[in-house]
Amino acid sequence: MPIEADTLNINGRIFHSRLLVGTGKYRDMEETRLAIEASGAEIITVAIRRTNIGQNPGEANLLDTLPADKYTYLPNTAGCYSAEDAVRTCRLARELLDDHTLVKLEVLGDEKTLFPHVTETLKAAQTLVDEGFEVMVYTNDDPIIARELEQIGCVAVMPLAAPIGSGLGIRNPYNILEIIENANVPVIVDAGVGTASDAAVAMELGCDGVLMNTAIAAAQNPVLMASAMKKAIEAGREAFLAGRMPRKRYASASSPIDGTFF
Amino acid sequence: MQITVNGEPMETPDNITAAELIRRLDLENERLAMEINEQIAPRSRHDQIVIQPGDKVEIVRAIGGG
Repeated sequence: MPIEADTLNINGRIFHSRLLVGTGKYRDMEETRLAIEASGAEIITVAIRRTNIGQNPGEANLLDTLPADKYTYLPNTAGCYSAEDAVRTCRLARELLDDHTLVKLEVLGDEKTLFPHVTETLKAAQTLVDEGFEVMVYTNDDPIIARELEQIGCVAVMPLAAPIGSGLGIRNPYNILEIIENANVPVIVDAGVGTASDAAVAMELGCDGVLMNTAIAAAQNPVLMASAMKKAIEAGREAFLAGRMPRKRYASASSPIDGTFF
Repeated sequence: MQITVNGEPMETPDNITAAELIRRLDLENERLAMEINEQIAPRSRHDQIVIQPGDKVEIVRAIGGG
């Protein structure tokens, strides 16, 4: 398969980059813009928060810095601990972004781990799908729950690699593999990636994409890390498509034995 | 009358509309979404929506996040 034809299809929306990035934790708006440009990402997550009233007039606006003609916004429900708050957030996002229906659902269960609250996530997913949202859902690396979320009608299932912001890499590759093998919608590893090799591992497993924020934003040089992540995603994807050689316990010479003169 | 905007109490003239509130807060050029008592107040109707005493108004925007 030529790599040019290898696209990411999320509910009929076609993307050429398989790297999805967050827009949080950057030093300033300019660093955000440069890092996201270097990542080559087409889908960017944004958070929905209260407008500062009477403060920071003339402050640079994220939506102007990262314009809609260049990026597909993925408003998230970060910080929500109940289905109700997550649904409210998505409705506000749809209003804010002019009937935009693609959302990242995340309902958290615990402040220490930021692990998904699975039962609230299922409830919110059902409501949002019923209301016409296209739900990309952050979830545990649990194949059974991933299947349930797909059955509800989520357009992408996004299991964590490790806790949000931890940078620990894929802790449970066999669960991720199981989720990928069962899924009929894109599987995107969301959260826990720390460096380029972690992203490549996710792609080599057969993930359709990786969503990350802290791994880029908290690097010493975020713009350079964004570029590294872009390459890692592409390398991992090509390696997956190429099909790796089998692992063997013992050596196998690369040079022929025939024709040796010693 | 008193209303609550983004969690803070606020005095406004009676019968203020959503659009007037936004102008009063100097937010008319901002990308925002409004909720009144947890119900979306659609932008297309801001001129007609009249805010009632005690209403809880939320005005939100998009910011960086993961």
